[in-house]
Amino acid sequence: MTTILHITSSMLQVQPNGPEMATLMRSNGKIYVVVAVIVVIWLGVLLYLISIDRKLSRLEHAEKEKQQLSQTSASAR
Amino acid sequence: MKAYWWKALCIILLFYTLIAGMLMPVPAKDILNETIRNLHFHVPMWFTMMVLFGISCVSSIQYLGRGSLDKDIVAVETANVGLLFGILGLITGAIWANYTWGAPWSDDIKQLCTAIALLMYFAYFVLRSSFTDIDKRARVSAVYNIFAFAMLFPLIFIIPRMTDSLHPGNGGNPAFSQYDLDNELRKVFYPAVVGWILLGIWVAEIRIRLRRLKLKSLLS
Repeated sequence: MTTILHITSSMLQVQPNGPEMATLMRSNGKIYVVVAVIVVIWLGVLLYLISIDRKLSRLEHAEKEKQQLSQTSASAR
Repeated sequence: MKAYWWKALCIILLFYTLIAGMLMPVPAKDILNETIRNLHFHVPMWFTMMVLFGISCVSSIQYLGRGSLDKDIVAVETANVGLLFGILGLITGAIWANYTWGAPWSDDIKQLCTAIALLMYFAYFVLRSSFTDIDKRARVSAVYNIFAFAMLFPLIFIIPRMTDSLHPGNGGNPAFSQYDLDNELRKVFYPAVVGWILLGIWVAEIRIRLRRLKLKSLLS
């Protein structure tokens, strides 16, 4: 019983006397983990939005060229 | 791409909002606790909605003045994205209310009035879809759109202030005062408002350009 208690408590607690490690992601109630998740989601949505924007720009460009082409061919006739 | 500096600004401001909104110190208050951080996310939804509906209304007026279908396209797409942000505001508000006011929907006067406002804009799209003639659709819905925007002011800004409301800034509660919004919150809140508004305009811009292309290919 005491061994189980000991193991669980050592698993749950960050040892105060242990060596100093990069514990940013485990500090302050682990709020940084939430920040990381939110930033990843925003990054994903953002890249998606930018890719749609770029695709649309290409499409607009192609449409413009098509119109210019049809205009020049009409004037040549 | 003509000018994309405001898109970069939108990206930076929203990154700042998401990170600082979570990590900056906030005033400790009873009941609200950490949910006060929702200020940077729930409230800008409504600001964005108002700006987009405002652009929509101006475009409708311009359409009635000049009769160019392009203005109708701007009006319909900004209204569309504005409605999206309004729905997001309503849902996030319900989630927030569930844990602070005790229920997702407590028939608060502002909740009711914004729900009516959103229904008005749903009706705008129903109205649009009932026409087959493009010019007639644009003209009638432009007139409706202007009235719908005019109705937003009594619904959102006047009626909630005349009676008791749970919302801050209504029923005698001050909003945007020292008591409500301290300087720590302002540092994130104002950039957040600008960032979310720019995001709304960005999405609307993409939809507008898509519809312009569609119209062009329809006419040629």
